[in-house]
Amino acid sequence: MEIIMRAVITVIGKDAVGILAKVSTVCAENNANVIEVTQSVLQDMFAMIMLVDISRLKVDFAALADTLSKLGDEQGLKILTMHEDIFNTMHRI
Amino acid sequence: MIDVYDILETIRMIQDDCLDIRTITMGVSLLDCIDSDTDRACEKVYEKITRCAAKLARTAEDIEKEYGIPIINKRLSVTPIAIVSAATGKSPVKFALTMEKAAKAVGVDLIGGYSALVQKGFSAGDMNLIESIPEALASTSNVCSSVNIGSTKTGINMDAVKIMGGIVRECAERTVDQQCFGAAKLVVFCNAVEDNPFMAGAFHGVGEPDCIINVGVSGPGVVRAALKKYPDASINEISDIIKKTSYKITRVGQLVGVTASERLGVPFGIVDLSLAPTPAVGDSVAHILEEIGLESCGACGTTACLALLNDAVKKGGVMACSRIGGLSGAFIPVSEDSGMIDAAVRGSLSIEKLEAMTAVCSVGLDMIVIPGDTSADVISALIADEAAIGMINTKTTAVRVIPAIGMKEGDVLDWGGLFGSGPVMKINSFSPSKFISRGGQIPAPLHSLKN
Repeated sequence: MEIIMRAVITVIGKDAVGILAKVSTVCAENNANVIEVTQSVLQDMFAMIMLVDISRLKVDFAALADTLSKLGDEQGLKILTMHEDIFNTMHRI
Repeated sequence: MIDVYDILETIRMIQDDCLDIRTITMGVSLLDCIDSDTDRACEKVYEKITRCAAKLARTAEDIEKEYGIPIINKRLSVTPIAIVSAATGKSPVKFALTMEKAAKAVGVDLIGGYSALVQKGFSAGDMNLIESIPEALASTSNVCSSVNIGSTKTGINMDAVKIMGGIVRECAERTVDQQCFGAAKLVVFCNAVEDNPFMAGAFHGVGEPDCIINVGVSGPGVVRAALKKYPDASINEISDIIKKTSYKITRVGQLVGVTASERLGVPFGIVDLSLAPTPAVGDSVAHILEEIGLESCGACGTTACLALLNDAVKKGGVMACSRIGGLSGAFIPVSEDSGMIDAAVRGSLSIEKLEAMTAVCSVGLDMIVIPGDTSADVISALIADEAAIGMINTKTTAVRVIPAIGMKEGDVLDWGGLFGSGPVMKINSFSPSKFISRGGQIPAPLHSLKN
């Protein structure tokens, strides 16, 4: 059975037109499949969170994270790409 | 999907509250590098370190990227060089130079293990190593040294205590041009542990496997931020909050350790459950104590708050990882903690209070700058006091003080980076010389009739 690896992409900052499209495009270009998207305003922070399947990623993880981070800088947003394991480990016993 | 609140909490801990992995430390045994010819032994040491740690820095950087958690230091610890160099019968300074060269070749920040274990007496190689420490630390930049002078099972080797006072001074004197930094790379231990990933006291014990990965976590900022949300919590609640936070911090350490161990093909040793501060704003253990309710760290109540903190950190962390070790507990290095520095400057934190604090936390009198005219005997006696606390309480204690040569109370030594800066603190200068000059061994303590 193929092991599914997933990453969590978090976009934090001010909402802007087309940000979902731009992030999705980067994912598509690198063969990262978007599984789920949620959006919320929590405390003072607007956040869009995407769960993506990175099992068949065309580039290495760091390259995807860097591309998205750069996109964030251009848009005045913080875009973080992190392997889902860090969240599972920290919050699930 | 993972809970959104959980995701944001993790991100906030990393981005705003300085959560990081303080160090991934690879322990490497050098027992198979022993040779009576110094040059031949050094060749073997270089080959072994660079072979074992070839992928360490790269792997740590990959993990850092994937999990989005900063890994501040990549370090190496090796078998105490006094053991490795004993067969040469010569000064082991060449080993220090080799360690430095190998550490640079594999891109690690610090390498520890220029060490000797003399808690019960000196064996071949120990004296050569101890005498060479000032030269070794002055001629290298990333080599760290430690000497264990006592333990609960053996008592305290007062001959070694006497020598170490002079060695600490000499380390500072030889590095006056580097703000006396030599002394900041030397730790004098009682009850030293064999799997400590933290510097300057890390060495790879002889009971350890050939090569191993140990992880030290951090996160005082996270604990303080968590406490800040509950300004009116009772002490029981405070303890619970610290435990929960410590659990989360330690889980990340476990994840990083397991992942590094798998990728490097090296067994995973321990997570050091530590709250290790940095001089960065918001990364201070002193500020946690102040958050609990002290006007300034060092006030009456500091020892009690620290005891609560230290114990809760361990209770929370124990369940979060497979094996615990190292120095586990809250660290209180003065120069590396912005809250401690402030408390020392404003006069609320004294060396005597710090000594009391070391009875209830990890590790000892750490990164404390003392006046340049402090005599070797006073430093020896300070070491003896601290070792006595460790010996009687069955815990690790240590002394890492930096005599600021040519400076007096009120002046400041500034190293920058993780080592921070420290104000010269007042030390009791009445003479303990007669006591120190007697020599001998403080016998191991009785562990019944506890009072």
